[in-house]
Parts: sequence; structure tokens; C-alpha cells
Amino acid sequence: MNLMMLLEMAATAMAGRAAVGTRDAGITCDGLMSRTAALAGRLRASQVEHLVLCDEPGAVLPVALFGAAWGGVPYVPINYRLADGDLRRLAGRAAPAVAVADTSGAQRLAGVDGLEIIERDELLDDPAGGADPAEVGDWAMDPDAAAVLLYTSGTSGPPKAAVLRHRHLVSYVFATVEFASAGTDEAHIMAVPPYHVASVAAQLSQVYSGRRIVPLRRFDADSWIDLVRAEGVSHAMLVPTMLARIVEALDRRGEALESVRFVSYGGGKSHRSVVERALELFPAAGFSHAYGLTETSSTVCVMGPDDHRRWAASDDPDERARLTSAGRPLPGVEISVRCDDGAEAETGAAGEIWVRGEQVSGEYAEGGSQLDGDGWFCTRDSGHTDDAGYLWVHGRNDDIIIRGGENMSPGEIEDALLTHPAVVDAAAFGLPSREWGEEVAVCVVTRSPVPTAEDLRRLVRTRLRSSRVPARVEFVDELPYNDTGKLLRRELRQRFVASEPAAPSG
Amino acid sequence: MVELRPGARFQSTVCATEVIVVKGTGPAELTCGGSPMVPAGSAERSGEPSADASEGTLLGKRYGDDDDTVEVLCTKAGPGSLALGGVALAVKVTKPLPASD
Repeated sequence: MNLMMLLEMAATAMAGRAAVGTRDAGITCDGLMSRTAALAGRLRASQVEHLVLCDEPGAVLPVALFGAAWGGVPYVPINYRLADGDLRRLAGRAAPAVAVADTSGAQRLAGVDGLEIIERDELLDDPAGGADPAEVGDWAMDPDAAAVLLYTSGTSGPPKAAVLRHRHLVSYVFATVEFASAGTDEAHIMAVPPYHVASVAAQLSQVYSGRRIVPLRRFDADSWIDLVRAEGVSHAMLVPTMLARIVEALDRRGEALESVRFVSYGGGKSHRSVVERALELFPAAGFSHAYGLTETSSTVCVMGPDDHRRWAASDDPDERARLTSAGRPLPGVEISVRCDDGAEAETGAAGEIWVRGEQVSGEYAEGGSQLDGDGWFCTRDSGHTDDAGYLWVHGRNDDIIIRGGENMSPGEIEDALLTHPAVVDAAAFGLPSREWGEEVAVCVVTRSPVPTAEDLRRLVRTRLRSSRVPARVEFVDELPYNDTGKLLRRELRQRFVASEPAAPSG
Repeated sequence: MVELRPGARFQSTVCATEVIVVKGTGPAELTCGGSPMVPAGSAERSGEPSADASEGTLLGKRYGDDDDTVEVLCTKAGPGSLALGGVALAVKVTKPLPASD
């Protein structure tokens, strides 16, 4: 298997269809194929081991992704927002490599040992670098070859490179996407950064389904809305912080987006109030909530538009609660929630989420495969399922608060706080406590009329139970998120442990 | 007989058809154009599809058996048609999943 199978099929059946770019000046499937071939030839000639991509979302992404696959080297997108030293170190780990970068990235990477730098625009204009593009032979079909290396977001430690092999990604697409199923008028706005697994999955899925990719170089809510209008965008994938900002901007502008028929969101915790408002501001859109990890080749569970509508309209509180779930496993994916002793947790009980399936890699360049003997991968997320197989993700296991031997999910406490109309954002985390081992602390972002700490404690006591009531309540201006929208509870914990006061405040 | 497993690729020996297994495990009598399929890249094409197995395959379509135990996806189209254990495989019409990325 090779990712190139996907592009080859698309170019066979939809040669003249725009694959990436604007309606008027986009690159067709055929054009993508020829650029990819030229880059592949160049990669083979230079005998490098990786293709590093240091750029914002743009038309160069699928050229680089498929070109690397054809050339037989892994595609390694790196985070251009890193400090110079970290960026150069990460790129250096891939040497000998070709690095594709914008002008500023090229300057920042200059002089790294073993790195041949190609500027993005130059690559799009002349992917062969002056060589004859007819020279390139077939791509290798080794399903176990590494296709993509992705540095995981590292909310709990230094970044590790997850290895996604051709078989993981191709299986994912074949199992979940219908070939050439997109209408010729469909377009997908690609705003997630290239080093996020959702960017890789989106490129493959859109090319295979025949949906034009409309890249947005730098995300801000207004540019996103303007591009959606200008390009008649029908499909979008957003991380929760992006969705929240777009909802806020649409409200400010007094606009709704009618052209969008499909919005999927995931990659972090979404606030129910944001999703409910988004349903109104995208009146023609079906919503999907997806759960997945870098190590699982993106989505493993999804709650689609039909579920969203059904559960939003239900009078049964158990069914309505499914609106905050991550839905059910994709075909070919199995989910298991396990207790600390490894036994399957009872329905409704919290435990650690394990995943198995053809798309699940569970492998790091540094530590090898983390799959157990039966092929299961431990996500290190905690969650539970209901009797219909819906999965709820509570958060990273490292974030679980253990108070007096009782395990509590920060997400559950945050959800309770967010039901207060003046609470805009909330984070719950554990702080060391002599009496309880850990006690619950919360940071909240509020708007007027600002509730008191006692109001919030009462709210948690009423909605949950007394053990969940925060010992400490802090009012802050904003919460720390990483650049792909993940809440950094660990950072809050460190901040408060470092500034431990003599007596509890709040 | 070929050994099915998800991800395994097979080619027709009598036309250009190639498939990849999406679902199904174990030995199977998978044919295209009336002749046994073989692991992709393992044989040269010779001959023609038989007259009773020449309705053709369609690129990107999923083919499955009635029991829904086996599903293959056509990655290269050709004039031969697919069968499993002598029974023609039909194009599967599945409700598309919601796009999640």
C-alpha cells in the first residue's frame, strides 16, 4: 500500500477537477499528480531520508505529502511556531532531508546540517528543480514503510514522533471515505496547522473524495469567515478554540454562514454552549464531533449530524446527554474502556480508553510500538461508554484528580461550572493536599455579573456531589491552551503549586 | 485460493482489475473475469475475461458478498467482474459516514 494509490485513483477518475486552491486558479488532480511525480524524482535523486515541511497551510501541502510518499520518504511537518533553536533541532533530527519552507522558514532553517532547503513557491513552480520529471519510476508498495512522522502535541511531556505507516493511513481512508463522492461544487477549508494529524487526514480524505481543498494560511476568525464566503466553502474541520472564535466573530458581525453544509469539530474539549450557538450560526450545516489521536491516524469515534439532531431534540435526559459524547467507533475500530487492573469497565463506569484497528499505529520513532500483544493501544485518555456504545472522553489520564482515593474527571467539573451563564471558560485540576492527597482547584474566566466563589461551589455541589466541590476557586483573564487548542491543565497546576499560599484562598 | 486479510491486494490475471481487501479474513476463492485472482504484482496478465464474467469493475467501488463477511475495494478498474466462491460480488451501496476531517 502507498498513499499514492489514493491520488492515482483520484487522478484517474477526476483528472480535471480542482484538488487544491481557489476556484479559478487551483491545482487539478492531474496537476497534483505531475507535481508529485516531479518532486518524487527530485527526492530520489538527492537520496534524502525525510521530507520536512515547515510552512502554513497551503497548496504545497498535498504536493509535499504525496511527493514524499512517491519518493519513498516520510513526510515530516514541523511546527513553525517553535522557537528557532527548537525548530532547528527538530529539523536536524530528520537529516539528511529536504525541507520545504516559506521564505521566513527557509531563513530560520538555513545552515542546519544535512538539510536541503527548497522554498515553497519555487517548489510549486518547478517541483523537479530543473530535472526531467519523466524519469521517476513506480512508488514502492511496502505497506509497512513510514508515510508520516508527526510530533505529538506533548501536553504531558517533551514531543515524541508518532510513526504512521502507509497501511494505517490508507486503511483509514478506505474504511471511512467514499471514493469520488464529493459534488463538484464542494470545498473544504483547511485551517488546522500541517503538523496536526487532522491536516494529514483531511488532505487524504478530500483528494480521495474529490473535494477541493481551500487552505487558509493563518487562522483568525474573520479571515476564515471571509474565505468561506469568497470560495463558497461547504465543509470545515475545526478544533474547539477555532470554533469558539468563529462563533464569537459571527455574533459580532451579525452574520450566519449559509454555504457551509458540514462542520466537524474535535481535537479537544468543546463547550456545549459554543456548539449550540454554532448550530444556529451555520443553519444549513450538519455537525460531527470526532475523537481521535495522532497515534490512531486521526478519528476513531464520530458522532454525526443525524445523532446531533436526534439527541438535541430528545426529551430523554440520557439521550440528550449524548450531545457531549464523541459518538461511536468507526467501522473496523474497536474501543475498550478498562479499569486500573486491566479488566473491562462496566457500562457507565470511567476507565482508560483503549483502541484497536487497522488504522491504529501506536508507535513512536523513539520508543517503538506501544501496542499490546493483541494489538490494543492505550490512549491515556479516560472516559466511559453507555449501553448504546457511545463514548465520552473525560480528558487525559494525567489530568485525573485523585481526592481521598476517589478518581474525578476534570471535564465533569468544568462542564458543571460552564452551565453557569457568566462562566465563559473553566479548568479543573488537582493540587497537592496533606489531608486528601489532592484537592480540587478551578480557574474560571467569567463575564459580568461575576458570580462569587461560593456561587460556583454551590453549583458544583448541586450538579455533582460534595467531593467535587473545589477547595480553591481562582478568577483569571484567560486559560492556557497550546496552539492546537488543547487546554494545558498541567501548566495551571504547576503555576499554583509554585505559588502555594499559606492558606486556601477563594 | 487466496488468503484474505484487510489490506491485502489482489490482481486479475485476465484484465487490469486490482482490489484491496477492506473486510474479511481467511482462505477464499476470489476470481475476476472467471479466473482466480492472485497477489498484486505477482503475475503477468494473459487471456481475456470469460463471457459470463465480463460486466467489469468500477474504480473506487466496494464489492461485497450477501452475508457481508467480505468487502473488497476496486483500486484499478477492468472489464472482468468479481466473484467469491463462484458467486458474483455486487457493488455495495453503503450509507456514507459523516466526514470527520
